[in-house]
Amino acid sequence: MSAPLHQRLARVDRRLIFLAIGLSVALPLILNLRLAVRPTPIVTKIFDKIESLPPGSRVLFSFDYGPSTMPENQPMAEATLRHALAKECRVYLMTIWETGPPQIVRAIDEVVKKDFPERVYGRDHIYLGFKAGQQGAINALLADFKGLFTTDANGAEINSFEIMQGVESIRNFDLIVAIGSGLPGVKEWIQFGGDPGNVPVAAGVTAVEAPLLYPYYPRQLLGLMGGLQGAAEYETALIAKYPHYETQSSQAIVMMGPQTVAHVVIILFIVLGNVAYFLERRARKKEGR
Amino acid sequence: MKTSVPIAVTFLVGTSLVLAIFIPHTPFSTLDEHFSVWFNILACFAFTLGGGNLLKTHLTKIGRRERDWQYSVVTVGGFLVMLVAGLFKLGAPSWDYDYIGRETWFKHIYDATFTPLQATMFSLLAFFVASASYRAFRAKTREATLLLIAAAVILLGRTPLGHVLTAWLPEPLAFLQISNLSTWILGVPNLAGQRAILIGIALGIISSAIKLILGIERSHLGGGRDA
Amino acid sequence: MADSIVLWVGALLTLMIFSFLYRDNPFYKFAEHLFVGVSAAYWMVASFWSTLIPNLLGRLYPKGLGALLPSVAEGEPNLWYAIPLFLGILLLARLNEKTAWISRWTMAFVIGFAAGTNLTRYLQSDFVAQIKSTILPIVGVGDGGLDVGLTIRNVVIVGGTLSGLVYFFFSKEHTGATGRVARAGIWVLMVTFGAAFGYTVMGRISLLVGRLNFLGHWLETIF
Repeated sequence: MSAPLHQRLARVDRRLIFLAIGLSVALPLILNLRLAVRPTPIVTKIFDKIESLPPGSRVLFSFDYGPSTMPENQPMAEATLRHALAKECRVYLMTIWETGPPQIVRAIDEVVKKDFPERVYGRDHIYLGFKAGQQGAINALLADFKGLFTTDANGAEINSFEIMQGVESIRNFDLIVAIGSGLPGVKEWIQFGGDPGNVPVAAGVTAVEAPLLYPYYPRQLLGLMGGLQGAAEYETALIAKYPHYETQSSQAIVMMGPQTVAHVVIILFIVLGNVAYFLERRARKKEGR
Repeated sequence: MKTSVPIAVTFLVGTSLVLAIFIPHTPFSTLDEHFSVWFNILACFAFTLGGGNLLKTHLTKIGRRERDWQYSVVTVGGFLVMLVAGLFKLGAPSWDYDYIGRETWFKHIYDATFTPLQATMFSLLAFFVASASYRAFRAKTREATLLLIAAAVILLGRTPLGHVLTAWLPEPLAFLQISNLSTWILGVPNLAGQRAILIGIALGIISSAIKLILGIERSHLGGGRDA
Repeated sequence: MADSIVLWVGALLTLMIFSFLYRDNPFYKFAEHLFVGVSAAYWMVASFWSTLIPNLLGRLYPKGLGALLPSVAEGEPNLWYAIPLFLGILLLARLNEKTAWISRWTMAFVIGFAAGTNLTRYLQSDFVAQIKSTILPIVGVGDGGLDVGLTIRNVVIVGGTLSGLVYFFFSKEHTGATGRVARAGIWVLMVTFGAAFGYTVMGRISLLVGRLNFLGHWLETIF
């Protein structure tokens, strides 16, 4: 006689669950499932801000993440960088994460070199590099920007660059775009950079961190791209305004198909798990336990 | 010396940084700038300490032939190869080349090992979160049910499917569309709950900071024998 | 050629880590231990070249940098930076049990810095600013008079924040009116945690999508 349904459900080998999740992501990737994404106001606020910046505006980008969260953070980083350069802003690329430099180099290769080859290093954009010290680094940048960044990432003297003229503190920037995935990250940029320096902060974070930052929106945080969905929303807004960037700026949009299918599978697992629970509870009541 | 000097240092550094906010002039502003850069430098020494500790632990394990000591050889080998490649900028065309430039061995090793290893370690969590959702996420109480419902709305609403499932709802009921509901949940009750947590944590940190600066809290003086 | 080797090594290490899903095995342990060693070295190298060289040695002994960092070799020495060098060496004393106590001096500086900066920044950003943002009109008025949506929003934010704070106030027993308000706080917090869980699942799945995408690119080079 076979075991009751709830017992069979409870005994499901977890490796079957792993297989189901793996397939729910792999199959849509193979089949190239693509779904339309709609931008939400919290993301379009960032888009509208960058869109409104006059040419020559100073935008500080901080890529505070590593390979572990690249699928979420890299698309939003590249989309906002592409947008800022399209608006002819002066972009300053830095990081307070040790694993940030390769992400910046990747963004330079994919965005600056491919889409804006005419932009001049040191005049239109600069790669400042990594500084240790977490919020201490941001504190130092607020007090004395060039005191911390004495050279760019390649070791050239900081004052030799035209783009660094007039930059003494974070206060000299028109916008900070912080792309982060934990500590230190967006929260520290708000606390130690945006609030004391009175500079608007736009953020792109992993999905895990996004709900924690809502209290800062909208007074202390201009806008927020949360996770892959946030990145996809920004890419959608960018492509709507600049259709010629569709090929380069669709990384997150492409990944939303598998993401959606996996979410549905997870919800089904939760429902199934609760069905097993309620069946077991009913069986126990019948037995008088 | 073992406790009195550290307590005095903590007091002086902490107080001068607080005063720098209210008196943003010399000498406090200068102290703020210098201390910030010094903090960054000390963070680098902390990484060196971490590396040294790693070597010490694993070399001890190898020397004593403890269980799984062979894997410690892998750790030490990977550490030394990466360290030498990075410190000596192997493969770089000149000494002033970026240490993680495209031509360096350090970058190649980073791309071949660090990136896939870190990314894959984190992606394993997707499988475990699915397994945990199946086995542990039970609507046992009303509160748990509310949590589940909120999670389900977010999971669906933060994907394109959320809009597709409920787009048919008429305009007066548009607020019940899953995508709009998820936006509302995040921007209203989630905001309220997170704000309450944030304020609570802020009060805790502020009181801890005051206790540390005044020397009332001394647990951070651990390490070595007490005075 | 180098790119191919990097791709293949990356793909093999990815599969070694994924093998853990079946069960713990030597391939996974190898990859895990390799990761520990490589990441520790990465942190050291990154901090050495990005901070220790330009910000410490570049200030203490700029001429000595010469070929390493020609841009700062012309500068004048700043002997104040002997202090962080001294504190850093004290920190390394932690490696030896007999001298570990002296690292407390460096830890004192670090803790003092963190406490001093956190005190004011958390007070400003996470306390005063958050309270300011919570002071909202509980009757929302729009162009056409009463705005029901705005009113509900503001009432939930103000009420939710206050009730959440009451729940975390453990100095008074949660009975009577306090208990009822705390109960409401629990409900708000359950929605908060539900949203956090939903987003956490989303975050983890995104990372898996990224990894499988990478494996797909690797397989494309084979087939």
